[in-house]
Amino acid sequence: MFSQIIIILISAALVNNVLMSQFLGLCPFLGVSKQVDTAMGMGAAVIFVITIASAVCSCIYLAILVPLNLTYLNTIVFILVIACLVQVVETILKKAMPSLYKALGIYLPLITTNCAVLGVALSNVQNYTDHLVLYSIFNGLGSSAGFAISITLMAGIRERIRTNDIIPSFRGQPIVLVTAGLMAIAFCGFAGVI
Amino acid sequence: MKNKYIDAIYNGLIRENPTFVLQLGMCPTLAVTTSGINGIGMGLSTTVVLMLSNLFIGMLRNVIPDRVRIPAYIVIIASFVTVVDLLLQAYVPTLYSALGIYIPLIVVNCIIFGRAEAFASKNPPILSFCDGIGMGLGFTWAITCIGLVREFLGAGTLFNVPVLSRIPGFEPISIFIMAPGAFFVLSVLTALMVKFRMTPNGQSNIGSGCETLVCGGDCAACYGSVLADNRDKIDAANAEAAAKKAAEKAAKAAAAKAAKAAKAAAEAGKAEK
Repeated sequence: MFSQIIIILISAALVNNVLMSQFLGLCPFLGVSKQVDTAMGMGAAVIFVITIASAVCSCIYLAILVPLNLTYLNTIVFILVIACLVQVVETILKKAMPSLYKALGIYLPLITTNCAVLGVALSNVQNYTDHLVLYSIFNGLGSSAGFAISITLMAGIRERIRTNDIIPSFRGQPIVLVTAGLMAIAFCGFAGVI
Repeated sequence: MKNKYIDAIYNGLIRENPTFVLQLGMCPTLAVTTSGINGIGMGLSTTVVLMLSNLFIGMLRNVIPDRVRIPAYIVIIASFVTVVDLLLQAYVPTLYSALGIYIPLIVVNCIIFGRAEAFASKNPPILSFCDGIGMGLGFTWAITCIGLVREFLGAGTLFNVPVLSRIPGFEPISIFIMAPGAFFVLSVLTALMVKFRMTPNGQSNIGSGCETLVCGGDCAACYGSVLADNRDKIDAANAEAAAKKAAEKAAKAAAAKAAKAAKAAAEAGKAEK
């Protein structure tokens, strides 16, 4: 089981990177990747929320939806749980850990609309049949770490290309998309790892 | 364009096309466009959800209290997505397996939420329904185009009919079917859009340059999403810019008027002489 967990972590973080091969959570990836600091903050907040959301959603799935034969309602239930969860996490952090809240607080509301959170929660319950909660936590951790890695790399590249001389039509969004495409080619190289 | 219903549909198809002009809903745009058929399937599913959710939100807009509108919209949208999901699973299983997890993810598509917030919450149901048709079909044709480009270059076929691949010795550029190709195709299309000045007009927050936000206001998700306060800030920034422009214009007009008056007075003086 230990080796299984390692495989889940690596394949979620690198081989099936949420951004580069599954296109989940592109909006913050294109929007919040202007500076390395903010990108790292966003990455940390995403790791926090996706890991908790994966755990909570799979618990609810096993404890409520499966016994009641309501598994077809998982989309509705998960999106509501995630929306509430982000609110709860924000409130708790504000009260219990003000320093962490200061670091992550501004990014938390941005995450509710991040489709990576719902995507990871849904793929967990589709892919894993045994040890659902445990595997979900590690899959969530791996996926969000992959998100943090690629958004930080992207921000680093964007800081470097800011002063470059780019064709007028490609300034702004288009050159960022070209950069993302080149990064995606690099991430394709991980395909043979597992 | 006199009929307001037809106008609402035309608006979504061309003038405020969600993909090329508003730049909403980028995730499915990139993820499922590996072929033209997938683009049509995804586009039509989104259209159905958009039409029905706009209709219902338009009907319930006076019943839902303002403070809980976001969760209420989420529930309405998620219910229709579940319906579409189950229907596709039952009747079009091949498309269902090709689109996979992106069908339930229609829930978090910013187009649907954006139209619910920006249009359906303020307009009567039938008009909102037409807006849903327009926006949905606009999204459909846009992602079908992207899908066709990728399919044509990456596999040499159009809607699964071999075109380029009939040429002997043809080697498909398979990178266009893979993930990087999606970024490249969208990048070139966006650059073309910038080139031909199809710039967003106040509907989207792109280019508003609101510095008070973490993301600088670039993120298409802000608009009409859960982040209502973000949108307020963007609106305020846009209004400020517009007011500034208007003030400048007014000042210019006043100066021109004064100059004209002075000129007229001088001329009058001349005539008197």
